[in-house]
Amino acid sequence: MEKIGAVLIIGGGIAGIQSALDLAESGFKVHLVEKTTGIGGVMAQLDKTFPTNDCSMCILSPKLVEAGRHPNIELTINAKILKVDGEAGNFNVNILKKALFINSEKCTGCGVCAQECPVESIDLYNEKMVINKATYVKYPQSVPLVFSIDRDKCIGCGICESVCKAHAVEYFQKDEKANLNVGAVILAPGFDEFDPTPLQVYGYGKYPNVVSSIEFERILCASGPYSGMVLRPSDGDIPEKIAFLQCVGSRDIHHAKQYCSSVCCMYTTKEAVIAKEHQHQVNPTIFTMDIRAYGKDFDKYIIRAQEEYGIKYVRSRIASIDEDPKTHNLILTYESEDGKIITEDYNLVVLSVGLNPPNDAIDLSNKFGFELNKFGFCKTLPFSLEETTKSGIYVCGAFAEPKDIPDSVIQASAVSANVNSLLFPVRNTLITEKEYPEEIDVSGDPPRIGVFICHCGINIAGVVDVKKVEEYAAKLPNVVYVDRNLYTCSADTQTQLKEKIIEQKLNRVVIASCTPRTHEPLFQNTLREAGLNPYLFQMTNIRDQCSWVHIQDPEAATDKAIDLVHMAITRVRNHKSLKELSLNITPQALIIGGGVAGLTAALNLSQQGFKTYLIEKEPELGGFSKNIHTTLEGENIQSYLKSLISSVEKEKNIQIFTNSELENISGYLGNFKSNILNTKSKEETEIEHGIIIVATGAKEYSPEEFYYKKDERVLTQIELENILETSEEIKKKKAVIMIQCVGSRNDKHPYCSRVCCSEAIKNAIKIKKQSSSTEVIILYRDIRTYGFKEEYYREARKKGVIFIRFDENTPIEVIKENESLNIVFKKPDGNLLKAAADLIILSTGMEAPRNIDSISQMLKVPLNADRFFLEAHVKLRPVDFATEGIFLCGTARGPANIEESVSQAKAASARAVTILSKEIMTAGAVTSFVDENACTGCNICIRVCPYNAIEKDEMGVANVIEALCKGCGVCAASCPEKAILVRNFTKDQILSEIYALGGNLDGF
Amino acid sequence: MDFKPKIIGFLCNWCSYAGADLAGVSRIQYPPNIRIIRLMCSGRVEPYFIFEALKSGIDGVIIMGCHPGECHYMTGNYEAEMKYQLLKSLLTYVDLDNRISLEWVSASEGIRFAEVVTNFTNSIQKLGPSPLKKIDKDSELLFNLNALQIAANDYRLRALIGRKRKILDEGNVYNKKYPKEKFEDLQETAIYDEYQKNRIILYLKKENLSVKDLSERLSIAPNKILEYIVDLRGEGLIDLKDIQELTPYYTAKQEA
Amino acid sequence: MNELITEPKSESDNEFEPKILGFLCNWCSYAGADLAGVSRNQYPPNIRVIRLMCSGRVDPVFVMDALIKGVDGILILGCHLGDCHYGEGNYEAQVNYEMLNNLLKYVKMDNRVDLGWVSAAEGTYFAKIVTDFTNKIRSLGPSPLSSKSNPSKELLLNMKAIKQVVYDPRTRKLVGRERFITLHGNVYDEKIDEDEFALLLRDSLEAEYIRNQIYFYLKESPSSVKDMSEKIGIDTKTIFEHFLVLRQRTLIDLSEIKGYSPVYKVIK
Repeated sequence: MEKIGAVLIIGGGIAGIQSALDLAESGFKVHLVEKTTGIGGVMAQLDKTFPTNDCSMCILSPKLVEAGRHPNIELTINAKILKVDGEAGNFNVNILKKALFINSEKCTGCGVCAQECPVESIDLYNEKMVINKATYVKYPQSVPLVFSIDRDKCIGCGICESVCKAHAVEYFQKDEKANLNVGAVILAPGFDEFDPTPLQVYGYGKYPNVVSSIEFERILCASGPYSGMVLRPSDGDIPEKIAFLQCVGSRDIHHAKQYCSSVCCMYTTKEAVIAKEHQHQVNPTIFTMDIRAYGKDFDKYIIRAQEEYGIKYVRSRIASIDEDPKTHNLILTYESEDGKIITEDYNLVVLSVGLNPPNDAIDLSNKFGFELNKFGFCKTLPFSLEETTKSGIYVCGAFAEPKDIPDSVIQASAVSANVNSLLFPVRNTLITEKEYPEEIDVSGDPPRIGVFICHCGINIAGVVDVKKVEEYAAKLPNVVYVDRNLYTCSADTQTQLKEKIIEQKLNRVVIASCTPRTHEPLFQNTLREAGLNPYLFQMTNIRDQCSWVHIQDPEAATDKAIDLVHMAITRVRNHKSLKELSLNITPQALIIGGGVAGLTAALNLSQQGFKTYLIEKEPELGGFSKNIHTTLEGENIQSYLKSLISSVEKEKNIQIFTNSELENISGYLGNFKSNILNTKSKEETEIEHGIIIVATGAKEYSPEEFYYKKDERVLTQIELENILETSEEIKKKKAVIMIQCVGSRNDKHPYCSRVCCSEAIKNAIKIKKQSSSTEVIILYRDIRTYGFKEEYYREARKKGVIFIRFDENTPIEVIKENESLNIVFKKPDGNLLKAAADLIILSTGMEAPRNIDSISQMLKVPLNADRFFLEAHVKLRPVDFATEGIFLCGTARGPANIEESVSQAKAASARAVTILSKEIMTAGAVTSFVDENACTGCNICIRVCPYNAIEKDEMGVANVIEALCKGCGVCAASCPEKAILVRNFTKDQILSEIYALGGNLDGF
Repeated sequence: MDFKPKIIGFLCNWCSYAGADLAGVSRIQYPPNIRIIRLMCSGRVEPYFIFEALKSGIDGVIIMGCHPGECHYMTGNYEAEMKYQLLKSLLTYVDLDNRISLEWVSASEGIRFAEVVTNFTNSIQKLGPSPLKKIDKDSELLFNLNALQIAANDYRLRALIGRKRKILDEGNVYNKKYPKEKFEDLQETAIYDEYQKNRIILYLKKENLSVKDLSERLSIAPNKILEYIVDLRGEGLIDLKDIQELTPYYTAKQEA
Repeated sequence: MNELITEPKSESDNEFEPKILGFLCNWCSYAGADLAGVSRNQYPPNIRVIRLMCSGRVDPVFVMDALIKGVDGILILGCHLGDCHYGEGNYEAQVNYEMLNNLLKYVKMDNRVDLGWVSAAEGTYFAKIVTDFTNKIRSLGPSPLSSKSNPSKELLLNMKAIKQVVYDPRTRKLVGRERFITLHGNVYDEKIDEDEFALLLRDSLEAEYIRNQIYFYLKESPSSVKDMSEKIGIDTKTIFEHFLVLRQRTLIDLSEIKGYSPVYKVIK
């Protein structure tokens, strides 16, 4: 069957968006189908993100805009899947686009309809806490910014139609069917929040001051119902004492949600921290069984929460909640760790609700024919967390297993790697490249400025005297044409705009309308269609930052609009044509590290036809995984690894360098040159490549404590597993004690190694299976079996494994008395315990390998404080480095298990393919450049540049690598010699705006 | 009160400008005096721009960027803060430091944006019109402001500020971390020196003066003036013009 | 309006003589009143008539103004349903009256406003309707808002709130489309059940009434949710939700935080 170079992505949350962008940039047509009326998913509802406290909307909205305007991405909102036929490579999917009752082509998103709508309804985005209208947009930054009518709420009064100047309201719009022919399907429908209403014990829905965590997230958000103040619903008071209850709808056998939802411990801590930050009066307490801070830099966040913000953690599950009907305070009863029953009053209770499968999971599973697991999430294949049971249908994000944003983004890219390897032969077959007329050379011509002033229906013209603005603009020098439009962004105005540019021989264009953040690309595109360079353009915002915010003072708003237009006109005179940069790409890859991650990335890239160089410092491939036998789930690692290595060795596109190290490297994105040194033969090879993937891995912590290597009865988990797999020795042992967090979560290694809890439980179960009479005790601080791993924790306890928490502030001691080995430790209730063991097993953590600094320095990519590599952005660019063209995966990034490393490797590969799949890459024209004569080579620009985009040439002069420059302009502002200039934000351009306003030196 | 302040806001594209947009979409009202200049990053703001704005009669300038740690360009806002602190120090010499402000506003803080703008506008309203609005070319204020502007734009201060974060956070060229207070002291001294030196140059551009004359005009002890003169001569910015009755008179090179 | 209606002369110190305002449509009721005159039908002298072209012209704001000024009773008279000179003006009058009646119940003023239908041929009926209404008002006693009654601040504020509700575009949009939607079908060519619409309208009116009460109270002095709840006699949760709406509409803003309670004020 013929393969189709298009992909269907179901779900427009952060995972779906990331997959869409990766694949659209890799030469595939993407259909992104979202069931609600806007993309962004749950992330758009969040206030901040952990562990950096980044503002969620700040980092998300550029991605939304990018997805919304990408030429290869077709967004379909308010849609559902009807029917699916076909097989991997060629599916036919029927979808139903439900009517919005507002024509999305015509709607400009101005919002007058919603303002005038007399019907109040609930606002789902704000978790029903504020009112919305029957005519609404999901949230202000929504993409696409299209309003729709809630037919259930609408009374059909007809007012919206009469106020809509764009004539976009269509009451008789019908649902539409569409057929999509795609080669692959990606499932990214996300999750539903657990609804705590049926759990009577919490009183959710009954007591007004019991809210869910997502409701609390909206409460915290500056754009939420309470404008970011921390208030409680019953009376709007600031809740002094807030209780957060963990595991509501998670780790709960009574309500069939047995798995761990993975994210709640962290998001709760974040909510507590932000609450304290927003309102210093509040004192949050978190009730939890374990603190599952297993991710990168998570433990540090927990420590900061406790030490800096005074957040309290109580190890307990709440027994009951009652309400004081008078004060609406909540009375919590629980058992403390030392067994006391405690009753306490709280002003607000937040339920940290878990993640459920989305409500359309079964429907999707039936239509697409993939299986769900027993929890109702999508079933995935061993060692490939992105593959469903049906070929050609892939999954990413929380639908595969509850997970946080970076893990979802990693999977979203990883799934793109699966699609790449399925559909690479039909890459670039369905994408459309837009053709533009040849650009008119305007250099040297006197400016002929055209000014277009938008009424935005009545949004601007209702406040600003646009006619006055027009008259003012017309008098300014070089302005040869001024026009006013009802909606400058409408399709018919674009045609007019083009005609006017040609007819009036305009060579500069100013548009005074709304925000350039969303509309600049649209107008720049029109300029290009008219043969003008898109940078001969300036936009000024007389709506969002003028008419809408000075409604009471039309005169002042008009004055402001005049000033803004004047500034834009003065600035545009100084605009020049700019060329976007074209960059040749060497379609070859260098991968450093031959462990599972490196091997996976190499295989994925080479299968798509990219020549791949794989360096391994050891004599053989395989990395640390060679030492592990099975996964927690019981999958055989060794046979997987063997087949992976043999596939890599057979692949003709891969050149393997064992016993080798990177000697030196030069060049940049698309054009690297490296020398590889064989440390045995001293042979050097020079290679050229377009990208680098760093997969250098981690090593096991080698304990010096607990008589390790001094007494043969003290072993690591790896050594124990080896005994269990190769002998029946264990049957002779009466008592095995495992110690968790050896070389983790201490002063020297202040992070969690993520895998050790699972390793301990895996081996404990193995012991019990081989010898049920052997007693197994696990001494732990927190059991971190996140996601579906929780099942094995329960299994271990069922099999009789004993879990005892020890006091983290009192070191465990191993004492040799006569010939017996004793362990002494303190329980959190203060009791000292002593236990004898035949075997002591140390759950050792991971640490960065020794030679990591040299690689970091050579590639100029940073390490974090724990000496793991630091990604470009913790949340949204988890496998990218800030330096373009260099990617990161596996345990070099931080502790991860094998399956996670495989996902990361695929993700890095997919990110790399967005570059390698292009012969020529274009980069933005807004970059900086150096005036060589003025540069003294002081190095300051090199230091302030966050992208390593500036280097020194042989003459000692700074040189901007334009391919890496993002145009922030910090170098220009910092250069002592004023030798760096930023295109489109030059000193002259910025000063001309200032002078236009200041009145001095007019006409600069 | 008929004074309508003219205020320039330098906003970064990713957070603050988006926050301003959100204020708009949410129809949050604030005073109409601000005129926004959009930049990609708050780190793009050069002190020079603010001097030019003040000199053209702008009553107040506010810079807004992403919250620390949230910069779209990772560290641009930290650089903005360094430059802002420099600017603030410089402007205290002419009592204009309360006409500038630096604030962090995120994309979801529409309300905060309106508050920040309202508060700043009110504070400028209270201060009254900028003294630079109606000023003749020979005024002392303009003279001093010019000296400060040259200082801000000159190699020494730009180089110092350009390296500040690196030196404070990562250590200097000897891999030693420099104590912040010590650096601040150093910076204050440098600012003062550069300011006075540029004043000297500007005076000497107008007429030939002796150390004693300069000492009177700058209200600085003659021995300190002499130190500056030696420095400036060393840098080749001024020259000895002639000696009258044992008193040397200096002149500035016009290209200085 | 106080100047408009002079004190009835016959009033002694003890006897209450109500001030009554009549809004009469030109074509039926006014003609009916004329007929009563020509026929010398006697009725109490308390009513003062304002002639309008149609009963549909009676803006609820007029009625509120009259009540606030202390008029004791208001009688709106139009053509019988189906007989309107302008087709359906009296139906609109009815819709407006019902809305107003609903609102006036909150302040127990609803029985001081009546709507009736009098044709040009019904002189006697006109006299009877006026007599009955006058007697009713007489028995009710003076309006709590009349100058004699020394009106309470609270009642005045609530009346102002109701006036604002009937003045508000949102209310007028809903009421203005009520008949169109329930009788003729809405933009989707569907008829919405009258009761369903009435319910929606009642909810909106109540919400807007409370919001306006809050607004006027805050205008007097800043207040917390709790204090407002006590003043208005509605639970804190509902009051808080209305505060949020007013804040969303940028009518009110945070003033300060007292202890753990935010205090809000009116913007300008």
